[in-house]
Amino acid sequence: MTRQANRLGTDLVAGARIDRSKSIWFTFNGRRYEGHEGDTLASALVANDVQLVARSFKYHRPRGFFGAGAEDPCVMVQVGVGAETLPNLRATQVELYDGLVADSVNAWPSVNHDVGIVNDLMSRLLPAGFYYKTFMWPASWWTTYEHVIRNAAGMGVAPKQPDPDTYDHMHIHCDVLIVGGGPSGLAAALAAGRTGARVIIVDEQSEMGGSILASRLLVDDKPGAEWLASALAELGAMEEVRVMPRTTAFGHYDHNHMGLLERRTDHLGPGHDIARQRMWKVRAGQVIHAGGAIERSLVFAGNDRPGVMLASAAATYVNRWAARPGQKTVIFTNNDSAYGVAADLADAGISVQAIVDLRVEPGAAALEEASARNIEVLTASCVVETRGKRAVEGVTVMKLNDAGDGVVVGERRFDCGLVAVSGGWSPAVHLHCHAGGKVDYDEIQGCFVPGKTLEAARSVGAANGQLDLADCLTAGWQAGTNAAADTGFRKPGKVPKGPTATAVEVSPPRHVWIIPAKPGEENKVKRFVDLQNDVTDADVRLAAREGYRSVEHLKRYTTLGMGTDQGKTSNIPGLGILAAELEKSLPDVGTTTFRPPYTAITMGAIAGRYTGQMLEPVRRSPMHHWHENHGAAFEDVGQWKRPWYYPQDGEDMHAAVARECLAARNAIGILDATTLGKIDIQGPDASEFLNRIYTNAWSKLAVGRCRYGLMLSEDGMVMDDGVTSCISDNRYLMTTTSGNAASVMGWLEEWLQTEWPDLKVWCNSISEYWATLTISGPFARDLLAELCSDIDVSNDGLPFMSWREGTVAGAPARVFRISFTGEVSFEINVPASHGLGLWQALMTAGEKYGITPYGTEAMHVLRAEKGYIIVGQETDGTMTPYDLDMDWIVSKKKPDFIGKRSLGRADFLRDDRKQLVGLFTEDPLEVLPEGAQIVDDPNAPIPMPMIGHVTSSYLSANLGRSIALAVVKGGINRKGETVHLPLENGRTVRAEITGMVFYDPQGERLNG
Amino acid sequence: MKRYSIFSLVRNAVSHHKDWPKAWRSPDPKAEYDVVIVGGGGHGLATAYYLAKNHGITNVAVIEKGWLGGGNTGRNTTIIRSNYLWDESAHLYEHSLKLYEGLSQELNYNIMLSQRGVLNLAHNQHDLRELSRRISANRLNGIDSEFLTPADIKNMVPLMDVSPEARYPVMGASLQKRGGVARHDAVAWGYARAADDRGVDIIQQCEVTGILREGGAVTGVETTRGTIKAKKVALAVAGHTSMLAQMADVRLPITSHPLQAMVSEPVKPALDCVVMSNAVHGYISQSDRGEMVMGAGIDTMTGYTQRGALPVVEELQRAIVCLFPSFSRLRLMRQWGGIVDTCPDASPIVSKTPVGGLYVNGGWGTGGFKATPGSGWVYAHTIARDEAHELNAPFALERFTTGALIDEHGAAAVAH
Ligand SMILES: Cc1cc2nc3c(=O)[nH]c(=O)nc-3n(C[C@H](O)[C@H](O)[C@H](O)COP(=O)(O)OP(=O)(O)OC[C@H]3O[C@@H](n4cnc5c(N)ncnc54)[C@H](O)[C@@H]3O)c2cc1C
Repeated sequence: MTRQANRLGTDLVAGARIDRSKSIWFTFNGRRYEGHEGDTLASALVANDVQLVARSFKYHRPRGFFGAGAEDPCVMVQVGVGAETLPNLRATQVELYDGLVADSVNAWPSVNHDVGIVNDLMSRLLPAGFYYKTFMWPASWWTTYEHVIRNAAGMGVAPKQPDPDTYDHMHIHCDVLIVGGGPSGLAAALAAGRTGARVIIVDEQSEMGGSILASRLLVDDKPGAEWLASALAELGAMEEVRVMPRTTAFGHYDHNHMGLLERRTDHLGPGHDIARQRMWKVRAGQVIHAGGAIERSLVFAGNDRPGVMLASAAATYVNRWAARPGQKTVIFTNNDSAYGVAADLADAGISVQAIVDLRVEPGAAALEEASARNIEVLTASCVVETRGKRAVEGVTVMKLNDAGDGVVVGERRFDCGLVAVSGGWSPAVHLHCHAGGKVDYDEIQGCFVPGKTLEAARSVGAANGQLDLADCLTAGWQAGTNAAADTGFRKPGKVPKGPTATAVEVSPPRHVWIIPAKPGEENKVKRFVDLQNDVTDADVRLAAREGYRSVEHLKRYTTLGMGTDQGKTSNIPGLGILAAELEKSLPDVGTTTFRPPYTAITMGAIAGRYTGQMLEPVRRSPMHHWHENHGAAFEDVGQWKRPWYYPQDGEDMHAAVARECLAARNAIGILDATTLGKIDIQGPDASEFLNRIYTNAWSKLAVGRCRYGLMLSEDGMVMDDGVTSCISDNRYLMTTTSGNAASVMGWLEEWLQTEWPDLKVWCNSISEYWATLTISGPFARDLLAELCSDIDVSNDGLPFMSWREGTVAGAPARVFRISFTGEVSFEINVPASHGLGLWQALMTAGEKYGITPYGTEAMHVLRAEKGYIIVGQETDGTMTPYDLDMDWIVSKKKPDFIGKRSLGRADFLRDDRKQLVGLFTEDPLEVLPEGAQIVDDPNAPIPMPMIGHVTSSYLSANLGRSIALAVVKGGINRKGETVHLPLENGRTVRAEITGMVFYDPQGERLNG
Repeated sequence: MKRYSIFSLVRNAVSHHKDWPKAWRSPDPKAEYDVVIVGGGGHGLATAYYLAKNHGITNVAVIEKGWLGGGNTGRNTTIIRSNYLWDESAHLYEHSLKLYEGLSQELNYNIMLSQRGVLNLAHNQHDLRELSRRISANRLNGIDSEFLTPADIKNMVPLMDVSPEARYPVMGASLQKRGGVARHDAVAWGYARAADDRGVDIIQQCEVTGILREGGAVTGVETTRGTIKAKKVALAVAGHTSMLAQMADVRLPITSHPLQAMVSEPVKPALDCVVMSNAVHGYISQSDRGEMVMGAGIDTMTGYTQRGALPVVEELQRAIVCLFPSFSRLRLMRQWGGIVDTCPDASPIVSKTPVGGLYVNGGWGTGGFKATPGSGWVYAHTIARDEAHELNAPFALERFTTGALIDEHGAAAVAH
């Protein structure tokens, strides 16, 4: 094989953007090829004469290069292997690197011999939407059908190992963000940059320049490349200007929030230790959309054969990469732009057989370019068929009638390997539309152009429907100047002139949405609109005939534009055909919605670093390492890691928890309660605020006293609970459950900010500031007294539900006499930095008392023994205070509190509401599964009426039996009755309804 | 109705598919109907179908401001399941699932119901407790529901990270095998075609702008295509429910939020069931085309733009990449939004209203696609008889006054 048989020499293409001195070797479908630095995978394959690259989605028809960039619908490849593999990359956007390995996707066994082609043979049976009409019988077979369909669908293969790469997020503000580094974008950047504004200009390609990179036109009377170099040099020297190639603006969100994706290592291949990609989140003062226009194809018979290519793509392969996409060429166009392509190809030594133009009168300048090169121009003509097996070998051309819906007899046949097609241009209005921008239809160009937008944004150049280079430069310059001015940046003095080019007169295009086939062959040929999803003009017309007349129905029924290219080249032709079929105008049928992202973006890049272990920060108490060193098993509680239990010497969980529970009642238990939410509430209206937030009364709580409170949501349901203490006049410390700390803080702020802005109250979350250590048990007071000399910790000095400030083991402390175990218990709060020291001091001094650390599991058991609820376990958003048998905490006197109004509703007064009770199983060692449903009649048929469920259930070592809390319909009045629990294993357990307080019902131990 | 089958496909292939009839007509509105249904989404269309089929009421119009199925019906992530916690919900959704199971045949339109199983993951002790509570309730309600250990999960979903070292390790899951997904457009189109066949007028591109009343009862609607008289008016407008009800001076406890969904590029089968997680907030399934279909929670700001903000996309992708570390290299192809109607108790309203002859079906929020057939069934009953079906009686508007809420927040895992 000759190396790079289709690489054009410097004699033919002088200014190509490749470095011919640098060879890059890569593998495609198992064969090694050579390319050059600056090549894309596509340009290198073109240079190596590889035409068959992919297979289409539905019919598995051969597909070759159709575009040269983001617009290409076909050439998806799998790049890389193992954990690094990337499915569905567009070969036209893959930059070449040494050792790159790529393969075709969706073809089996190979892209050259793909058995999926049987779909093509059956295509008559598989029109648009065929699957809605069949596979229904017999009903049970759908699973099988679906299995086959699923395996046939999809494109590339997802990697199976975790992604080895990392991704970063960047946040930035700028005055002017310019999307697109072509002539209009660069002119805008120069204009805005010179005012001193902070400018960001991005381009998705490997280098800035856009159409200049593939054009031979002059800018400022210089070759494009020269002007480009000087423009980039100037921008590079501007301190406030950031030039970002390889960066795609993927989404324009409300308020000029722009999403950018920067590719940092993809062009280097795997194995780099910097972040592979970065997502930039930009807040831009002004946005300039200068993302260019996308060429469309024409819908003619056989237009999907490899070798049929967009004219602009053909010129790009030649001019930018010196790669020859074909030897003999026919140009097929409806507008003047393809004449320039004809000239470019001819000057590069490619034999242009003819220019087939739909129009009767092409532009004068265009015709001149053709005649200067002796290229035959066939006006009012069209390509009626392409010939060839896997690739184009020739075309047939006939005259088009005046209406454009039929041909006139007499055909011309040409041999050619390349058909360069231009069906006109569609501005890339995508980003403009993302944030709700509207589009207007341009009758002459046959395309949608940007209309109204609510954003501080404007579109210029080809993205705005301006196709002439001179216009683009002028418009870009002006947009840059104006956008900068709108953000407050103006260059003093006379406004200088921007870059210029020579304007060219063009004739308007002619729009014929379906190119007629040879007479008598209308029903035999296939004319493709969407090359990836195999949607033909017949499919579009069928959909319209069947009543799928809205563009959205059309899209969904035929899958037009639903592929990975999102219809960049196919949407407008599809709309044109639909409009014709419905006898409506194209703007009347409208367009489908443009949605982010502009081109597909890596999911890992959107996630950034905030995934895996960093999904959410792990929160640890200051004593965490002590717990670790002492063998604690941890459980996740919200973001916290809390010690669950501390197994010793091969203990299982059950044994450890039993030991911990016994210690807390017979010696001293110590608990790390740091995770409790703590909110410092201050201000002259603080007590009034608490009155409204909690169900009970707060006005009379004295300094130094603590009170338990219950919070309801507006619907009267229990939302959170905790103890709040009066710290000083107008100052309170609220505690919340660990899991609700943040949401309660948000709740308080919401009420203060939106409903009661008149209250003078300020809330501050201080959860992390304090470490909280709870000691509990008969010797807890003795231990505390040993370590604390400045507080009288006696029952009189520090009575239940009070607190004092003092020093414990040398640390400044707030000591709260409150209890969640029913024992004498102290919650000692010290600044977090003292937490570990105090913990160690307590452990040392407490050793003689048998102090034992206990975890959350023992805490749960101990409080359940006392019938104390846990919000979120005994409650689930449907429990009222009455359901919990806590009528005592609901003030009858207060004029109002959140939830009060709801408490009076009829349903709250039913006596068969689910109410909290205790359960004793018949077998005292039977531990009910939490969540088990409770029934009255276990023999009732399914659906079996359920009367409640078990909320908490444990084996209590202190009581020597199992205990459970449960909610049961009307349970408070059913004590002593037996209920049934049908378990998952088929067994039914019987239990007796009891009170909730299983241990020390008189509460004598509280005061020791 | 010309029936669809492999034989009709072959027959039509011979005539180059030129003779397929219209799936539905595009009639001009008549001056008067017995029932006008506002909203041509799945719920409105199913209601029309069951009004005709179950109750013989065929002088019915479905009025749609855009194109049928273009609201949330055509934007949702199509998860279908019935493993709800509360009896009221479980019975309604289970009825719906049963109807789904025969729907392709019933409508002679392949809605591609794929009962590939729905997994709800548990990541902590609290999740596990709630999971077993729901499984226990489901079982006694006759709804298939089972517990899977992390090892079972790994077998079923090999690419999921179930390692104990994960930030929020997967500790178990509930599986409803009969749950799965269906093709959303086909549900709307199938109902439309079958309702049209029974004489229902489906009127697209026609927006209801007012609700006409006389003496406390409806008399018709004002539309962009003129006045249409009707004895009964039934709302089925999802995100716009509170706006439409307002036209009849009925205030509803419904707020509207954008809800986003997104898909990756299509890849070969890599995920065979639906996976939902609450603690690692997101859910994912793979479409028959090969795209990963993903969603999460609502955008917290209220609004009517059918698009959402970038931070929600980020949060979702973090969750997905956490659960499926290899999907990090897949690429997001498209994101979009719908407007969901949320109720304070996360349960729908299917009900009569204080206005005579005005009915409301809304508040389905983030999870009403799975209810489409069942909702249509009971709503048709409610409209035809002017009284609720036993399945939707608990979902009456009065519950917000009486307090008999059906709170599915706590137990519904992610909201689908
Ligand atoms: C992103 C997303 C994901 C979801 N995922 C799931 C899921 O996985 N599982 C699930 O079960 N549910 C899901 N849902 C919810 C589900 O989509 C909806 O609950 C359900 O489709 C609602 O159906 P509908 O017919 O009531 O509403 P829609 O389909 O929204 O139909 C209402 C119709 O009313 C029309 N309308 C509005 N105002 C007027 C007017 N004035 N005049 C005339 N017509 C009007 C609208 O144009 C619209 O077509 C999701 C929703 C979204 C947005």
